[in-house]
Amino acid sequence: MFEGWDAVVLARAQFAFTMSFHIIFPAFSIGLASYLAVLEALWLWTGREVFINLFNYWLKIFAVAFGMGVVSGIVMSYQFGTNWSAFSDKTGPVIGPLMAYEVLTAFFLEAGFLGVMLFGLKRVGPRLHFLATLMVAIGTLISAFWILSANSWMQTPTGHAVNADGQFIAADWLKVIFNPSFPYRLVHMVLAAYLTTALVVGAVGAWHLLRDRHLAGPRVMFSMAMWMATLVAPIQILAGDQHGLNTLEHQPVKIMAMEGHFQSHKDGAPLILFGLPNQTAARVDYAIEVPKLGSLILKHSPDAPMAGLDTVPRENWPPVPITFWSFRIMVGMGLLMLALGLFSLLMRVQGKFYDSRLLHIFALLMGPAGFIAVLAGWITTETGRQPFTVYGLLRTAESASPLAAPAVASSLIAFIIVYFAVFTAGVIYLLRLMAAPPHPGEQGPSHEVPTRTAGITPAAGAVPEGAVR
Amino acid sequence: MIPIDLPIIWAFIIAFAVFVYVVMDGFDLGLGILFPLFPEKHDRDVIMNSVAPVWDGNETWLVLGGGGLMAAFPLAYAVLMPALYTPIIAMLLGLVFRGVAFEFRWRTTAARNRWDVAFAGGSILATLAQGIALGAILQGIHVEGRQYAGGWWDWLTPFSILTGVSLVIGYALLGATWLIMKTEGALRDRAYHLSWVLLLAMLAAIGAVSIATPFLHVQYTQRWFTWPNILLTAPVPVAVAAITVLLLRSLANKYDYQPFFLTLALFMLSYAGLGISMFPYIVPQSITIWQAAAPANSQIFMLFGVAVLIPLILGYTAWAYWVFRGKVRPESGYH
Repeated sequence: MFEGWDAVVLARAQFAFTMSFHIIFPAFSIGLASYLAVLEALWLWTGREVFINLFNYWLKIFAVAFGMGVVSGIVMSYQFGTNWSAFSDKTGPVIGPLMAYEVLTAFFLEAGFLGVMLFGLKRVGPRLHFLATLMVAIGTLISAFWILSANSWMQTPTGHAVNADGQFIAADWLKVIFNPSFPYRLVHMVLAAYLTTALVVGAVGAWHLLRDRHLAGPRVMFSMAMWMATLVAPIQILAGDQHGLNTLEHQPVKIMAMEGHFQSHKDGAPLILFGLPNQTAARVDYAIEVPKLGSLILKHSPDAPMAGLDTVPRENWPPVPITFWSFRIMVGMGLLMLALGLFSLLMRVQGKFYDSRLLHIFALLMGPAGFIAVLAGWITTETGRQPFTVYGLLRTAESASPLAAPAVASSLIAFIIVYFAVFTAGVIYLLRLMAAPPHPGEQGPSHEVPTRTAGITPAAGAVPEGAVR
Repeated sequence: MIPIDLPIIWAFIIAFAVFVYVVMDGFDLGLGILFPLFPEKHDRDVIMNSVAPVWDGNETWLVLGGGGLMAAFPLAYAVLMPALYTPIIAMLLGLVFRGVAFEFRWRTTAARNRWDVAFAGGSILATLAQGIALGAILQGIHVEGRQYAGGWWDWLTPFSILTGVSLVIGYALLGATWLIMKTEGALRDRAYHLSWVLLLAMLAAIGAVSIATPFLHVQYTQRWFTWPNILLTAPVPVAVAAITVLLLRSLANKYDYQPFFLTLALFMLSYAGLGISMFPYIVPQSITIWQAAAPANSQIFMLFGVAVLIPLILGYTAWAYWVFRGKVRPESGYH
């Protein structure tokens, strides 16, 4: 079986599959770890029981999601070697150290304090416990820093040289780490993670408000989540625009694919809203376009000339339809998030924030939007980098392991079966946890005797639960 | 100025990371291997809770081993991973099953048994795969140019199966002695009983691997049995014998802590023996640590991080273990 298949295509499918599954969990846990730190800080600061209830409620969910992120992440750290050994040999000296720093500064920090965060509140007391939560949250952000630096270097390589063995080596580590696309990608991704989490928290809050609009916990989490959407969605759109301009400067071909610009435009490129990119014929069929708007957005001038894919040799074209469509899905999700944020603000101003069923239904439906946007965004940037692994320097076809197609196909099938079995169960457990509302005296992952946990309060004059209503 | 041999330093760092992984995840996987022998839900809860707070940190050392190898010895990483393709994928899938079981089994009553099976099966699969990978490395890997040049079943030999089974026995012994340390009553008594059996099995396994290894390559024979090397190598089996006596005594006297730490000492000696056989090759008989080494500036860049961060990591990891020290009592279970 699979003898006639292309091992490189199978290896790419495997990377896309395992990576897509993996990124869902960090995208959620980066935001959730920060949210948990905020909740615990608010509990320590105000002493209000609703915050520790929410903390324990989301901590259980965090534990399940984090576990899935860890195990799917270990797979990634070995996949470079198993399926992309030529890439590993050539780029190991440059991106290997970045990933080693990720392990040393981030993974250990998260893992080292996770146990105390999940199970140690009673053993170490509230203050040290908060430190552990903070360390886990900081760890997730440091992790994002290093892995996005490594990915950005593959997109916009700088600060390197090539040695006699054909390996990339670092000439200037600072230029490697802070390569041109890195700051934009880091901001865009961290904001995406925060928005993703906010939308999940908002959807869970909305779900429970739809059933009982007086519940204290759901009211607090819904309000916090909608503030996040209101404030961060516009910032994210700005950050995304800046990231796009950066891509235009350093990876113009990717922008051509995202925009469906097969032809060059001397006096102003249109913005193609929708259409069916036809890679073979090099045109967008059934295009609905706005004249000159493409140049206006990308060059901030309606008549600015823009080069198209006709200036690029065909063997360097990325797959245009995927890049084109995944980009539109991401932008569409972003605009919906903006709409949700603004609508929630309007309801808040009008005093109908906890009563508007329309808002709650909208927020509930937007629960998965962050994940969709994150996946679509990554598909855009990764597909748009093709046919290279290190942009312009190392081709994907020259990066793969010397493996026969049956080996790669077998492992791909194994991953698909195992991931669907395991992660479907995991998502069901997560949804089950989310389906129950947070209640007074909520327990964390540890099933301690309730009275003992309730006995821990940071401030003497703790406000009772009912005061929130 | 004395020239510093960076590849040697890094070989020790990677070896250290892998050894810490074996020390920390060994007992952890061992508990999974022993899981089928403890069918009672109460026992299983205690066993799970004894590692729930630390398993994630334990597995991070495996990521450091893999990531560090790619960074410090990219050529070795690029050759070994495709050569060990099937065992590595099997290990990863095994780790997926057992890793999620830590949380999943508490989230369902209907399917708890299924996750218990996943925990045990995943642990056994991951351990077997690690042991097989080790055997496959020792028996040699077909390299041409800068690439692996063998097939995807080359790793499968009687020797690699032997090392695979040996590691399952070894991790199970670590798990059993961990239970002696962390539990009480009937559970602890069973762990003593199991430790006896597993220790005998482990000694047989160490013996079998030690006898088989010199037959793999003449280099291994020369390394161990020629003068003056024998001055350095002879203490290893002598120390194994001494540790075994101490271990038997500690089991007979029903000590709490000694069995676990003496088992670790046995692992350390076996590991040192492995190092003696392999050095200076990182891919035995084809690629030395100097040939595989990343350029000096990559190794130096990471050396700063390692020098500062590893002590820090060991520090807060030790703190986490300290927080959850002592016997696990079922009524104060974490879950």
